Order: sequence, then C-alpha cells, then structure tokens
Amino acid sequence: MEHAELRQDVVRLTDLRRRFGKTPALDGVSLTVHKGEILGIIGRSGAGKSTLIRCLNGLERPDSGEVFIEGREISRLGESDLQPLRRRIGMIFQHFNLLSAKTVAENVALPLKIAGVGKAERTRRAAELLDLVGLPEKARSYPAQLSGGQKQRVGIARALAANPALLLSDEATSALDPETTRSILALLKDINRRFGLTILLITHEMEVVRSIADRVAVIDQGRIVEEGPVWSVFAEPKSEITRSLLAGMRPQLPQEIADRLSPEPVGDAVLRIDVFGDAARQALLSDLAGTLKVPFRLIHGGIETIQGEPVGTLFLAIRGSGEDVARVSQFLEARGARTEVLGHVAGDA
Amino acid sequence: MSPVMLELLVRSTWETILMTAASGLISLVAGLPLGLAMVATDRGGIAENLWFNRILGAVINGFRSVPFIILLVALIPLTRLIVGTSIGTWAAIVPLSIAATPYYARIAEVSLREVDHGLVEAARAMGGNRWTIIREVLVPEALPGLVAGFTVTLITLVGASAMAGAIGAGGLGDLAIRYGYQRFETVVMVAVVAVLIVLVCLIQYAGDRLVARLDHRA
Repeated sequence: MEHAELRQDVVRLTDLRRRFGKTPALDGVSLTVHKGEILGIIGRSGAGKSTLIRCLNGLERPDSGEVFIEGREISRLGESDLQPLRRRIGMIFQHFNLLSAKTVAENVALPLKIAGVGKAERTRRAAELLDLVGLPEKARSYPAQLSGGQKQRVGIARALAANPALLLSDEATSALDPETTRSILALLKDINRRFGLTILLITHEMEVVRSIADRVAVIDQGRIVEEGPVWSVFAEPKSEITRSLLAGMRPQLPQEIADRLSPEPVGDAVLRIDVFGDAARQALLSDLAGTLKVPFRLIHGGIETIQGEPVGTLFLAIRGSGEDVARVSQFLEARGARTEVLGHVAGDA
Repeated sequence: MSPVMLELLVRSTWETILMTAASGLISLVAGLPLGLAMVATDRGGIAENLWFNRILGAVINGFRSVPFIILLVALIPLTRLIVGTSIGTWAAIVPLSIAATPYYARIAEVSLREVDHGLVEAARAMGGNRWTIIREVLVPEALPGLVAGFTVTLITLVGASAMAGAIGAGGLGDLAIRYGYQRFETVVMVAVVAVLIVLVCLIQYAGDRLVARLDHRA
C-alpha cells in the first residue's frame, strides 16, 4: 500500500512549482528522499536549489505542488504548525550562521532551548555533540575564535541537537578549502552511517556528490533533468548540464589534441571509450589488442571507483582504415563499453 | 567658589544625572521595542506589515523633526497631566523622554537591521517563533550596537537636560544660565562646563567598556 511507502520516504515532493516574478525557480519538481540515504542535488547557481531546499522546512512556500515530510503534507501549514515540524529537520548553511553572541555550547544547545529542554539536559547534550564533531575543548569559545571548518562542525552539532529525522545541507562546504571540505564531508558520511540519518544536500560541486551521496538529482532551470545512483550518473550522464558539471571530474581529451581534431579521415582516428560496472572489470584493452590486431595508442584516460563501481573513460588513437575503426568500436560495444569517434588527427596524436 | 555655590553645583549635578538617567531609562524601555517593531514589520521582516511600518516611521520622524526647545513648551499640558507640575526636574523628564525615545528607536533600528539575515533564518529553521528570534538572535546579536547607541543617547540627554534648565528644570544648565551667564560668574560657568565634560567622559568610557565586554564578533 501507499502508506507503507510513505513511511519509508522521509521526503516526497510532487510537482513543486514556485515563481519569483516571471521567472520560475521551481518548475514542476518531483523527488523522493529515502530513509537513511544521502541525496545530493546539484545544479548551477540560480538553478532553483536553494528554493527547493527551503521548501522542505517551510522557509519557502511553493505556489503549487505538495511537500510530504515523513508522510505529512506541510506546504500549506501555518508558521505555528511548522515550528514543531522544523525541530525534526536540522539544517546547515554555507556561511554557518552561528550566533556570535553565544558560546559554542550555547549555539549547539539553542535548538533544545527552543524545544523547551531544561538547562542541565541541554548542557549534557551539547557536550555530547561537541564530542561527536571532535570539538570537545571549544565549548566555551565564541564562534569568532574558530576556523571555518570548526564553525561548520559546530553547525553540524547544532543541526543534530534535537535528533532530527532529516538533515538539510545548503552548500555547507562551499565556503571551505578542499581539505576542510573533505573532513566535513567525512563527518557527514560518518553521521549518516552511524545514526542512519537521512541527508539532503545541495551543492554546485560534483566532488561533494561524488564523495558522499548515494543518489544524485541534477537540477536545471527549476527542473530535475537527471536522477539516479551517483555512479550511474557519472558513468552515463544523459543531459548536457550534467556533462558540463562533470567536466572537471572526468578525463577529458587533452586540449592540444582537441584543437587539432578534424572530421576528415586523415591520420589517426580518436576514439572515446566509456566503461563502467562489469564492463570495466574485464581485460578490455589487452583483449582488443589480441583479437583485432589494429594498432592503437592510449592517449589519455582514467578509471575511478564510485560507490564501489569502476567508472572509466579512455581516449585511444587508432591507426587504420575507417573499417578498422568500426571494427574496434563494434568489438568494444559488444563488451559493454560505449564508444564515440571524436575525429581524426594528422601526424602524431 | 563659596560653600553655598559648591553645594548648588553638587545639587545641580545630581539633578542633571537624575534627569539623564530617568529619561534615558524610559527612552531605552520605549525606544528598543519601537526599533524592533520597525525592523520586524519592514519588508522581509519577521512580522512584515508595511502599512504599520510606514505609519510608525512617520510618527517617529514627526517627533524627531520638532526642535527640542519647542517640544519642551508644547508638551507642558501633557507634563502637567503626568507629573502635576510643569516646573522642576521631574517635569523635565517628560519632554526629555519623549524626545529621546524616537531618537533611540532609530539608533536601535540601525543596529538591529545589521544582524545577518542568515541568523534569523537559522533560528526559524530550528523551529523558533518570533519571540525566540527577538530574544535569542536580534537583541543579543545587536547588543554591542544597542549599548553603543544608548551611550550616544545618554550623552545627547546630558546636553538636552541643560536646555530643559531654561524652563526651570534645575540641573547644570539652569545653574550655568542663571549664575554663570546672567550674573557673569565665570567661575561657575567654568565649573559647570568642567563637570559636564567629566560626566560625558564617564558615560562614554563606561559605554565603551561595556561594548568591548559584550562584543564577541571579532
């Protein structure tokens, strides 16, 4: 029955729409976040990410569509009904949003204070949470005395204070350097694993999605253009926007070769090969060399592991007739790889 | 300076302190909520109500544009109603408070408006209501500015209370006009000015110290 499904889904959005003036920020978004998963929503700035995440805790109200949180429709609730509900949802922010006038411990305890928890219990819980995020000695410090990474750890501790069912992360690592970003993401992943906490994060960085998300949804101009397990979206990006967001992450044809690429069949043919999953676990290149005897050189490429799945992209220069190139393609496609002839390069590719 | 003059100086100083403190306290208690109301009801505020905001803003501007000396005279009937007399130190507290309240309301408004909107949003995301936002976010975060602004208000009141001396309010201004100016007693005039300088410096010093203690932003 539908009810059983609803209980599994922490968030369910149906056909969410929101306009600001004439521009639609959300143009029919339907999305589900399952219990215990990390869903990454990625898009360029202005794609509608912030509006989307703010609809989930009622900070933003959709024009139409429904927002179910733990099976309950919230988009039409008034402020006073939203308040207890928001205590079930933790949120962390790009600029941390810690209160400068309160100590670290007071910041962490604030959601509990709002929920009416007594002082002794608040102090105990704040200490416990600061332990969890690795800042037990900073309880009496003020946020201004902390580094960016430490501030975000405090933000995470605060978001977890009231034992939320869902954690929303609004570009939480965008203001941090790469190393700090990695440590914050590791912390989020650890919390997700240990407590089974459902996390929805929005970001414009594919690296964030790659390192911690289970599933990814790509948003562009207020629509979800692509959605699926991270490794499969990385392996087979369907939309142009996804490909461009992935550009820095996947191997690219070196620029100096790309510049010389010509559609005329002269010199070497340049072949792009995408492999993932089982196809990437076979001895593909040595089989190719052994079977077809068509000379080829590896120009560029790489294989990485995403969520335990190998995902690779290789660029080969093939010296041979058009027929040879077609045979190579056929051979590889039969083994589960995807191939594309990008063009030809005269001389040494 | 004769012992009599000295006693007069001490009494006048006390009257000035009394007028400044009492009207300062009233302007704080009345002005802070007005400043909060201005920020809360403005566009994007936690209790947006543009009509109310415009009307309140106009009323505050109205009071602020009346010169204090005119306000002193114009408010005589009200003062009589509240205090029972329109002469003396207590009577001066009424127009002083009414002049200082909109002044402090605007100063408080500026400080409150500078609180990062992200902090208000974070408190909302935690499930906080308006009262929580005011108590836990707006006022504590703006506190250094609110205190610095209150210091400015108190010092302005020291000056204004001297003007109130003109309608018989007592205080250092009264003393300076009657003895220093009208009777050409330069010593009294110099003494009054010296006391005022000390008073102003003390208020500023105390205010600055308090701000430094409260400010955890850097």
